[in-house]
Amino acid sequence: MDLEILSRLQFAITVAFHYIYPPLSIGLGVVMVVMEGMYLKTKDKFYENMTKFWVKVFALTFAIGVASGIVMEFEFGTNWATYSRFVGDVFGSALAAEGIFAFFLESGFLAVLVFGWDKVGPKMHFFSTLMVALGSMFSAIWIVVANSWMQTPAGFHIVGEGINARAEITDFWAMVLNPSSIDRLSHVLSGCWLAGSFLVISVAAYYLIKNKHIRFAKSSIKIALVVAFISSLFQLYTGHQSAVGVSKHQPAKLAAMEAVFETQKNAPLYLFGWVDEDNQEVKFGIAIPSLLSYLIGFSPDTEVKGLNDFPKDERPPVNIVFQAYHIMVAIGFLLILISSLGVFYWWRGTLFSKKWLLWIFVFSVLLPQIANQLGWITAEVGRQPWIVYGIMKTSEGLSKAVTEGQVWFSLILFTIIYVGLFILFLYLLNEKIQHGPENVDLIPSELGHPKA
Amino acid sequence: MEFTLDLNTVWFILIGVMLAGYAILDGFDLGIGALHLLVDTDDERRIMLNSIGPVWDGNEVWLVTGGGALFAAFPEVYATVFSGFYNAIILLLFMLIFRAVAIEFRSKRPMKWWRNSWDIAFSISSILIAFLMGIALGNIVTGIKLGPNKEYIGSFLELINPYTVLVGITTVALFMMHGAIYGVLKTEGELQNKLKGWVNNTIIFFVICYVTTTMATLIYYPNMARHFKEFPPLFIIALLNMLAIANIPREIHHQREFRAFLSSSASIAALLTLFAIGIFPNIVLSNPNPEYSLNIYNSASSEKTLTIMLIIAVIGFPFVLAYTISIYWIFRGKVKLTNMSY
Repeated sequence: MDLEILSRLQFAITVAFHYIYPPLSIGLGVVMVVMEGMYLKTKDKFYENMTKFWVKVFALTFAIGVASGIVMEFEFGTNWATYSRFVGDVFGSALAAEGIFAFFLESGFLAVLVFGWDKVGPKMHFFSTLMVALGSMFSAIWIVVANSWMQTPAGFHIVGEGINARAEITDFWAMVLNPSSIDRLSHVLSGCWLAGSFLVISVAAYYLIKNKHIRFAKSSIKIALVVAFISSLFQLYTGHQSAVGVSKHQPAKLAAMEAVFETQKNAPLYLFGWVDEDNQEVKFGIAIPSLLSYLIGFSPDTEVKGLNDFPKDERPPVNIVFQAYHIMVAIGFLLILISSLGVFYWWRGTLFSKKWLLWIFVFSVLLPQIANQLGWITAEVGRQPWIVYGIMKTSEGLSKAVTEGQVWFSLILFTIIYVGLFILFLYLLNEKIQHGPENVDLIPSELGHPKA
Repeated sequence: MEFTLDLNTVWFILIGVMLAGYAILDGFDLGIGALHLLVDTDDERRIMLNSIGPVWDGNEVWLVTGGGALFAAFPEVYATVFSGFYNAIILLLFMLIFRAVAIEFRSKRPMKWWRNSWDIAFSISSILIAFLMGIALGNIVTGIKLGPNKEYIGSFLELINPYTVLVGITTVALFMMHGAIYGVLKTEGELQNKLKGWVNNTIIFFVICYVTTTMATLIYYPNMARHFKEFPPLFIIALLNMLAIANIPREIHHQREFRAFLSSSASIAALLTLFAIGIFPNIVLSNPNPEYSLNIYNSASSEKTLTIMLIIAVIGFPFVLAYTISIYWIFRGKVKLTNMSY
């Protein structure tokens, strides 16, 4: 394998591993804010103990998220030095802003959130929880802005030529609010809320099936279902918006997502299929005629640009993008179905006796995770061969001072360490779940409930 | 040379401030890590760990933000150093991962083998992180082989030589001293007495390293002293540095642990200031071809970006200071183990 493939593989593995954790933290953050808010409102210690349990899970995901996140921050320099020289003026400022505005906020208040229960009053503690949740979202804002700039670069100009060429900011806000920032940010955030809320739903459903911590499980499920239901619908909307944005600004990516080879009106939308890239056809597929044209332009006459209109060396791999995108969309609809079923039976008052649905809940934790990963694969592989869309190719961004041997070495070590870390994470998460929340099975009088 | 406080210089100073903030804050928790295996009982180790429990993560953010700011303000330095020091940076990243995970996981399970393994991981990674950072600083002083395209053209092993190893060891010694003082501040009873003893030992260890490094620098890299010759009042910083170090045993003796900690922090700040003055206006010196050096002008982002970043910093830093001070205030006093502790 050559340096480019190795470096891409390493970045893909390290970022995919990293991206298991921040969505859980961001999603759990929202759930914790609601739970602790209920504690403040009702003064019922039960909600405090409930929050405490999820804070412990949060702390675990946060720790691995931070550890694997530092790698990302440094990896632009280690493996993509030429890219870093080229974009530092633009891209670096978004990363620095993330550090100043998000990381300090998050890590500072995290201390109070985890260790400060008896150091500060309930209101200050709630404020800290809120700040951690906000901080984690600020972090998402800046990192998605930086990535969106790579997808739809704006607010810059190119200075110099040849190896001295580099991008410089001309308009900071145009860079921040580049054409895809808002759509992609809302899409990413709703994906995070789904990841966190389905973790809560899954664990709580497991307790209900095992007939443990009943009150805790029921309350957790209700809170998380509300978050999940709203997020899953919002996800449909933001997903649609993102796809329309891609059709306007990254037509080659859209063409790969739906395997459109020839430019056409009445472009069909595939439900599934297998792309034969050599013969330029979709096999075993079922398509709805004209739907793609209709979805991106609200008219079947909307023209969709096909891959053959792009030079051969400017087309992304088609089948990977097609599959990643279609499975992601399918999971998105499945999540709407699952959370709607949950809300429906909750409304009917029979949610907790539907064993089959509780079992679905237990395993549903995997769905947002898979969809989040596939979404990023669609976005990043779909952008190829560009590292900055239309401006710089991925093959041009590599480090010149780094050899294949060095990347082999780091790639193998990262893989081993991350596999080990992932096993440890699952082991400790399972321990926490088996151990369960503390003091939530007591009756109110034992908790010193004010009304008791 | 003429000194003008332009945007590039301001950013040189700001990144220096961030690195100094990092060295002062993460310095003591790396130091606690370096001393960790010297305490024996599980309870004492937990106290060591929990003394940095609420703050280590925030301390590390100084490094992350410093890295981001370097990327934004001096992208050529970020790219050259991180790709040129590839193996060292990757090793550093692994150590940072191990350390974070060790702190988080150690007390999650009661088994002795489990805790011992993580204790070792925590301590070794803390020492190696400090050592690697010292090696990096050492290489900035000695200069590295740069080509005309700002790329590093040497090998990994060329980064390790007696001088850079000496700076590495000095950094470990400095953080051990700083960590021991922080430990005295956060503990009580028998453990505190033990730590007080280590403060004395680590001061001696550090002073020996410091004097050796200073002599080696003046003999082999006299360039580091040129600004001090040109503008003698700068020598006051060196003097203050020595006074700050000398003040530490005095404050410890009088049971004024917080003042001892401030003294130690001041000496770290002074050391980094001396270092920054020594290399200014270069950031990465090219050796043997000094004309390829990366300085604050040929490696910087555009004036526009530096201005935007300055606005971001001016808005953000008061908040950062406010959080940092509040967190340290909330968690002031001696460590008490509770059921939410590590």
